[in-house]
Amino acid sequence: MKKFPLSCEINGKKIKKEIDSSLRLIDFIREDMGLKGTKEGCGEGECGACMVLLDGKAVNSCLMMAVQIHGKKLVTIEGIHEHKYGKELQDSFVKEAAVQCGFCTPGFIIAAQEILAKNPKASLEEIKEGLAGNLCRCTGYENIFKAVDKARKK
Amino acid sequence: MSKDLFSFVGKSLERVDGAVKAEGKALYGDDISFPNMIYAAAVRNPKPRIEIRKMDDSLAKKIKGYFGIVSFKDIKGKNSWPLVMNDYPFLPEKEAKFYGETLALVLAENQRTAKKAAACVRLDYKELPFIDDPLKALEKKSLKIYGKDNIISSFKIIKGDADKAFKDCDVVIEKEFRTNYQVHAYLETQTATAVPEPDGSITVYSSTQCPFYVLDAVAAACGLPNNKVKVIQTVTGGGFGGKEDVPALVAAHAAICALKFNRPVRLAYDRKEDFMSMSKRHPSWARVKYGADKNGKIKACKVKYVLDGGAYATLSPIVLWRGTVHAAGPYKIENVFIETYAAATNKVPCGAYRGFGQPQICFAQESLIDDLAEKLGIDPIDLRLKNMIQSGDKTATGQKIDESCGLKELTEIVRKKSRWDKSEVKINGDKRRALGFSCAYYGVGLGAKGRYLDRAGAFVNIYRDGSVQVNVGNTEMGQGALTVLSQIAAETLNAPMKNIKLAEVDTSKVPDSGPTVASRTTLMSGNAIIEACLPLRENIFSAAAELLKAGKNKITAYGGFFYFGKKKISFEEAVKECWSKRLKMSEQGWYAAPNTTFDINNGQGNAYVIYSYSADIADVEVDIKTGEKTVHKIYAAYDVGRIINPKLAHAQAHGGILQGMGWAIMENLIVKDGIMKNPNFTDYVLPISTDAPQYDISFSEKLYKHGPYKAKGMGEVPLIGVAAAVRNAVKRACGVSLTYCPMISEKTLKTINDKK
Repeated sequence: MKKFPLSCEINGKKIKKEIDSSLRLIDFIREDMGLKGTKEGCGEGECGACMVLLDGKAVNSCLMMAVQIHGKKLVTIEGIHEHKYGKELQDSFVKEAAVQCGFCTPGFIIAAQEILAKNPKASLEEIKEGLAGNLCRCTGYENIFKAVDKARKK
Repeated sequence: MSKDLFSFVGKSLERVDGAVKAEGKALYGDDISFPNMIYAAAVRNPKPRIEIRKMDDSLAKKIKGYFGIVSFKDIKGKNSWPLVMNDYPFLPEKEAKFYGETLALVLAENQRTAKKAAACVRLDYKELPFIDDPLKALEKKSLKIYGKDNIISSFKIIKGDADKAFKDCDVVIEKEFRTNYQVHAYLETQTATAVPEPDGSITVYSSTQCPFYVLDAVAAACGLPNNKVKVIQTVTGGGFGGKEDVPALVAAHAAICALKFNRPVRLAYDRKEDFMSMSKRHPSWARVKYGADKNGKIKACKVKYVLDGGAYATLSPIVLWRGTVHAAGPYKIENVFIETYAAATNKVPCGAYRGFGQPQICFAQESLIDDLAEKLGIDPIDLRLKNMIQSGDKTATGQKIDESCGLKELTEIVRKKSRWDKSEVKINGDKRRALGFSCAYYGVGLGAKGRYLDRAGAFVNIYRDGSVQVNVGNTEMGQGALTVLSQIAAETLNAPMKNIKLAEVDTSKVPDSGPTVASRTTLMSGNAIIEACLPLRENIFSAAAELLKAGKNKITAYGGFFYFGKKKISFEEAVKECWSKRLKMSEQGWYAAPNTTFDINNGQGNAYVIYSYSADIADVEVDIKTGEKTVHKIYAAYDVGRIINPKLAHAQAHGGILQGMGWAIMENLIVKDGIMKNPNFTDYVLPISTDAPQYDISFSEKLYKHGPYKAKGMGEVPLIGVAAAVRNAVKRACGVSLTYCPMISEKTLKTINDKK
């Protein structure tokens, strides 16, 4: 297996590590870094449970290779509270009953952070569109929209 | 101090497990690990039905990190999963009966290597003839793959004389309906970890709704007594019925492997294999017939209902039974004849899915009632109001409903809120928009067919500092059980909510409490908690009265404090006083449901202890050029007894409605010649954020005297009536009476064009 000298920043910490060049980003995050908050729901980029922020952009970590984050800044659910809207989103998801089984929640919070960071005045339609890459089977979505809306007003 | 009746019950308190989930700290099945853990992957049946000749792992042996293969020969206990009919082997010996069935497991040092090794196992097999159509399976001359007649299970309800009564009816209507599979699509796939213990026992960590089913299966597969198997439920990422029975199979596989290699073993499914091999909502076929007099009094109902059970029985007999009991709808009808069958096919075994055999027949029966109304020239809601069950009426099984029945009120609520009486078909270019109605009832708990399991235990332990540990045997899977049960414990003890700790189930800490299904958890575990809390409450209240120097009946308790005049003490102070007197501060609680009955010969009896009710109105727009539908809004009203947590109840309703809508118009699993064609989220389309309708939710709390704080059950009713309401709206909007579900655009368009 070919090794790659990865250098990146994860949740504000500089990381240098020899990794398998064939390693998926999600496996690097969960297994090598031990950050279990990033979830695998489908393994093919349909459900969004594995979303992380890469240089501020929400990406599905199951569809990327770990080597692709070389030289970049990665934020997972464990580090989101240090970013604008992160903690507010976590709190409002709980307050608005937007969390049920919770398996999709980290991905939704990551996606929502990107929406609000890009446009704090996003309309309801824009919020819905922005969350269209995340599946939730429990909540029927409405409380998630409310949670995102409330988070920016804090 | 508030004047509210309760401190915690009836309040929209935050989820107790909300923050840990939102912060990404909750540990699900695949998030835990153990020293020396190895990983299992399944070798699966590539065809609908095969004779297994040989499995050869010599190629896999060349892979670094490969440990070996596990087949039925490695099963130390009995190769039969103990579940209803006991017909499903843990691992097949000679014959595999459906595409995707686990044939063997391979073990490796990590997940990736295990998957690779599984793909390298060479399988020598002979294809056998198979059957994939449940109606054909029931034909006399069909290929027999299950027993002598391919019938897994069959029931009848006979009340009055339906055939005779139809002859006296002014209007008779009869139609056939079909519904397809529904995939649970819980976001967390099936996952189990088995850890062998030094004393020869085994601990299993399982993502499950039913830890005691897992215990039964692991004990049977390992040949261990129950007290040598401990099941700990991991935080469970959704269930909806899909983690009722099958997690036991996954856990048993992990346990068989763990015993062979004497190491902790993780078995985590990927999405494709979860689709292929785990349970589904049964596809169904139904022929329904209603007869009425010209004033709209329904006099007779006849139903033939067939479920596609798949290759093994699993829960089909119980699913079928629930469908049978509810098949005539929530109406008082003197003459009823219902016959139902679960037929075996060489396809994935179907089982529990939110509604449990009822949504399918509700779709058929509530659609036909609407068509009957049209034929009679009566408003569909008026027709139902004339016939629907109210307190004092009898159901199709002859059960008298003597309390807690809000169906009529629910109907009136949604009628008013949706402005039904003034609503018309709105035409905008090719778009037609209209409202459709449906209503349903739902027997809470396991009922007569599962009554021996309808009991639950609880353990409540109050520490010296006033913090409280509560153990129950029913699970949190996202629905909010931990929160609602904490509210019940806090209320009964008058303990602050923050003092209560309830966690995922550990089978070594609480007696077998049956499955977490059938909307039974609040009712069963809630009552068990109350029973455990009452003697503790007695001690605490006496101590509080003494400390306040008041008579025991003179003090007031509210929100974790006790009051007498201007004096006030805390729950913690009262608990401290109890401990200083060496009073017993821990208790076991036990609740067994009242008896239910069902006469197998005529289907008469008191089938369920109590019923919940729903009424739905769907506001749907249809594009008649494309067949596409937009569900704009669902008006829903429920009677589920007392609402313990309104905010969580609303959240449950939203999720149930959207699952119902997905099944109604978009989710379409394709199985052709026994092979599943779209086992993934790309091709099996689930509702996303932009599909969600607006939800208008109401409750009418008809109290149930045996319920905890007079609650009934909530989990399933929001889903049941949605598909029929959508279908009836489509009919009103563009004049086509659809008879299938999912009503996908292409099919609807064809029906519209055929009618032209």
